Amino acid sequence: MLGLLGWVPLIPLMGFLILVMAGDQLSRLIISWVGAGSVAVSALLATLIGFEFLDGDMQPYRHIVGSWMTIDDLSVPFGFYLDALSMTMLFVVTGVGFLIHVYSAGFMEDDPGYARFFAYMNLFVSAMLVLVLADNLVLLYLGWEGVGLGSYLLIGFWYDEPNNGYAARKAFVMTRIGDTAMALGLFLLFTQLHTLDIQSLLSLASSQWAPGAVLPVASAALLLGGAVGKSAQLPLQTWLPDAMAGPTPVSALIHAATMVTAGVYLIARTHPLFLLAPTVQLAVAVIGALTLLVAGCSALVQTDIKRILAYSTISQIGYMFLALGVGAWSAAIFHLLTHAFFKALLFLAAGSVISCFHHEHNIFKMGGLRKAMPLTFWSFMIGSAALAALPLTSGYYSKHEILLAAFDASPVLWAVGLLGALITGIYSFRLIFVVFFGAQSQTVEKKPGWLMSVPLLLLAGLALFGGMLQIPLNSVFPVLIDQGNDHTFNLVSVITVASPIIGLLIAVLFYLTGTFSAQRLSDGGLAGTLRQFFLSGWGMDALYETLLVRPFITLSTMNKNDVVDGLYVGVAWLVRGLHRMASATQTGRVRWYGASMVFGAVFIIAIGLLS
Amino acid sequence: MILTALIAVLFLGGGAAWFSERRSPGTPRWVAIITLSFEALLAAGHYARTESTDLLPASLSPVWLADFSTPWIPRFGISFHLAADGLSLLLIALTIVLGFMAVSSSWTEIRNRQGFFFFNLLSCLAGTVGVFLAVDLFLFFFFWELMIIPMYFLISIWGHENRTYAAIKFVIFTQVSSLLMLLAIVVFVLISHNQSGLYTFDYFKLQNTRIDPDLAFWLMLGFFIAFTVKLPAVPFHTWLPDAHTQAPTGGSVILAGVLLKTGAYGLLRFVIPLFPEAALRFAPIAMTLGAVSVLYAAVMAYAQSDLKRLIAYTSVSHMGFILLGIFSWNLLALQGAVITMLAHGISASALFMMAGALQERLHTREMGNMGGLWSAFPRLSALALFFAMASLGLPGLGNFIGEFLVLLGAYKVSVLLTSATAVVLILAPVYSLIIIQKALQGPLKIQLALSDLNRRELTSFSLLVFITVWLGLFPQAVLNVSEPALKQLLQDFVAMEHR
Repeated sequence: MLGLLGWVPLIPLMGFLILVMAGDQLSRLIISWVGAGSVAVSALLATLIGFEFLDGDMQPYRHIVGSWMTIDDLSVPFGFYLDALSMTMLFVVTGVGFLIHVYSAGFMEDDPGYARFFAYMNLFVSAMLVLVLADNLVLLYLGWEGVGLGSYLLIGFWYDEPNNGYAARKAFVMTRIGDTAMALGLFLLFTQLHTLDIQSLLSLASSQWAPGAVLPVASAALLLGGAVGKSAQLPLQTWLPDAMAGPTPVSALIHAATMVTAGVYLIARTHPLFLLAPTVQLAVAVIGALTLLVAGCSALVQTDIKRILAYSTISQIGYMFLALGVGAWSAAIFHLLTHAFFKALLFLAAGSVISCFHHEHNIFKMGGLRKAMPLTFWSFMIGSAALAALPLTSGYYSKHEILLAAFDASPVLWAVGLLGALITGIYSFRLIFVVFFGAQSQTVEKKPGWLMSVPLLLLAGLALFGGMLQIPLNSVFPVLIDQGNDHTFNLVSVITVASPIIGLLIAVLFYLTGTFSAQRLSDGGLAGTLRQFFLSGWGMDALYETLLVRPFITLSTMNKNDVVDGLYVGVAWLVRGLHRMASATQTGRVRWYGASMVFGAVFIIAIGLLS
Repeated sequence: MILTALIAVLFLGGGAAWFSERRSPGTPRWVAIITLSFEALLAAGHYARTESTDLLPASLSPVWLADFSTPWIPRFGISFHLAADGLSLLLIALTIVLGFMAVSSSWTEIRNRQGFFFFNLLSCLAGTVGVFLAVDLFLFFFFWELMIIPMYFLISIWGHENRTYAAIKFVIFTQVSSLLMLLAIVVFVLISHNQSGLYTFDYFKLQNTRIDPDLAFWLMLGFFIAFTVKLPAVPFHTWLPDAHTQAPTGGSVILAGVLLKTGAYGLLRFVIPLFPEAALRFAPIAMTLGAVSVLYAAVMAYAQSDLKRLIAYTSVSHMGFILLGIFSWNLLALQGAVITMLAHGISASALFMMAGALQERLHTREMGNMGGLWSAFPRLSALALFFAMASLGLPGLGNFIGEFLVLLGAYKVSVLLTSATAVVLILAPVYSLIIIQKALQGPLKIQLALSDLNRRELTSFSLLVFITVWLGLFPQAVLNVSEPALKQLLQDFVAMEHR
């Protein structure tokens, strides 16, 4: 079975090719079977491979499909590498991916671009699988850019609306900023270590480089650049809220469960490099802590249901970064896993809500859906409970682990994480109370069919109990040094558990019982300004707009006609002028010719005499 | 002998195409197709034969796969000397493929004087093949000039609204720069005559000439300028946007796909082997020019509203990679430059064909007048997206391999220049995706009965898609063919390092 590893990414790719070549001739039923079926086969293969892998005591397995290029000391194979980390990712991508494909078959049923949609989705899944399985950085980069392409195509899926195209381009270009740093990291690593194979690279780095030296710091920082872009962390996070322009299943798959966690995967995959660069690792933690707070505050005030979820995604990935930064590698991957379950669930449930409401996104125009859509309501409840990390949900186990590890590293980081958890509690239940409680504002037009309900049910189960699915990652990551702090029942642990519950209570007071009014609060001067500030994503879009985008457009448009050409036009102008002067002397009058001859002769003789 | 045939077939076919117009106006394009098919068979047969190297004369170094020489003007030591190595073979293959593309894209676009059109097209290709094969400097110069004149006609007769200006600009730029090269050639031959007492224009014999380093620098510069004008690199690039915008689609395909590559080929074939020391001294400047071209042209491309003008600037940007790669002077970067030559030849030609197909249907090149074409032309749009992705360097497609290898190799030489050049990874999607958004997405603006790509166009584009993917996933076959020739260049370098 392990020998079939190469087929796991290949089968969705074949699905993509079939849909691209023949998509306009196939019926909708066949399209959905090809689209979801290819991912299903891939998921099945991954499961079989997974059983064999777990049976074999999780011995890392390498599968070389063929050679890509070999030049000088550069040798890049199409090679796949399976260990506990990539196995976890494999499960997430194929499993959650499959459920979302099934959901999409229902969600997109009336869309004219049905085949195109599944083609893009399959392409994305294939690229994502290459990313997590690649055994060398160039192949990983291929997957990395491939998921970027998939994301671009799907954000701009409804291309009639120019804003969607703009959001798609914004996502592609902003992640490319990170990718460029990552590419430079590849160049640096190859130039210094003469290999791009991940495992040999990491062991060479550990044996040749001293901790804290310039080279490991520089290369880790460059890789971090790539991770920050892809995972929408500060300062490159502004593309993700706009990416919600895509169809909702896309947001669930790409912009919540899989692609945006690629940065977390990259850092986890190359963690020995980060261990050699303590300053960069600290930067990872700080970026994570800042991001989770900044994005959490923005999620508090959004009114668009998908933007709330988008900001919460940024914030949750911030937790993963925080975990990576404090060396809690397994906790980060664990949170990645549970987050994939509950965030996919939340997005898909949001999709059901949106499709029932004529594509209405504003939560304040919804309300009272609890009775009308029980399945969606309970999905949302479970998803939000896991998101807020209420005890006994999957999110609780992973986030609790992260926060305790953060406390061991630095109480400040823990405090920030705690504040973030409080905010998470507020915004997740604000969403629920506003959308599902209160008076029903509109009639529900259409209820989700079974294609949409079954994935919701399964994901709800995973969001609740997915905490038990963790694959032990001790074979991949160094075990945290136990500092002898047993947090089981101490104060730190209690506070950590309590903070989201306090958040929940605040949400109850504001949005359920109406004891306090958020409206009245934000009417005030400072709070109102703050609300506006948070709503705009801390003004970072405006900042980039004035600092980078406007100047670039102005400068390039000013020079549309190419100032360099001016030089040549000038020469041409000069020559033409001289030509006109010379031709002006050709008058055809003998008198003029005679006179110029005499003057010329006198001039030459004069020069001869005087010199 | 087969090398001579490779050039002669195209010339004769061109002549035949011209005369065949008397039969019917549609005949010349068929003659052109037959000529190119014959040429392709000839080249393929030749390649198959050179695979078994024991057929070659022992005097030939393993780098050279074929050699043909006969005296031409013995008095000045000028001979009709052709030779092929892996590099020339690859470029000839590219020339043939794009020859087919040029004919295909002119199939219905060219309606007047078809005979003369295909004569010019084929003789331009013949000149190009000659350039890729000539190893006598005089003969090289002869072919170099020969490919310019038909291109002038292609632009000035079948071009668009401002064709005369563009054609004259093209000729002046190339003529002035090749004059410098001619001067350099003559001085070079005279120096060699002073040393050996013999006149020779032979590439291999001239390589042994010892020249005063300062003079060598100036001679090198003469060649360098001629080739970088053709490439083109900033600041010699301004003829290209005009020529491309005005040329008919077939002309643009040849211009972007093949003619620009003669500049890169010249740098590899002549500048470095003939003047290694001078080239090494000049390398930092050349690399800087490359980096500036990459970035400057990328910014310029974004600002354009004329689709063909935009693509022309992206060409300049990609050619900058070649300049950077060649003067980085290590195997990775050189291989990257070669792959970029091929991959850009394919992807830029495809984009120009796309622009041509759009212009034929919409009668405009202004992207502001397009919009929403995706629903009208789903196939054309998907292909446009594919080639836009190729041109922004998406891994898995040919251009990525080239650019990645160039940057990887250049990084070993200059971290600073490479880091600066890498900024284009951000700019490339900025200019590529604006095409997609402006032309294909958004609401449909034009209300016309429009037809998507027909079978002829689909076949052409499919071939180009296939080559781009093949170059991106299985570049090793190409890398193996070019490796001996590039290793030869590196020997010069290693030898200098030891001195």
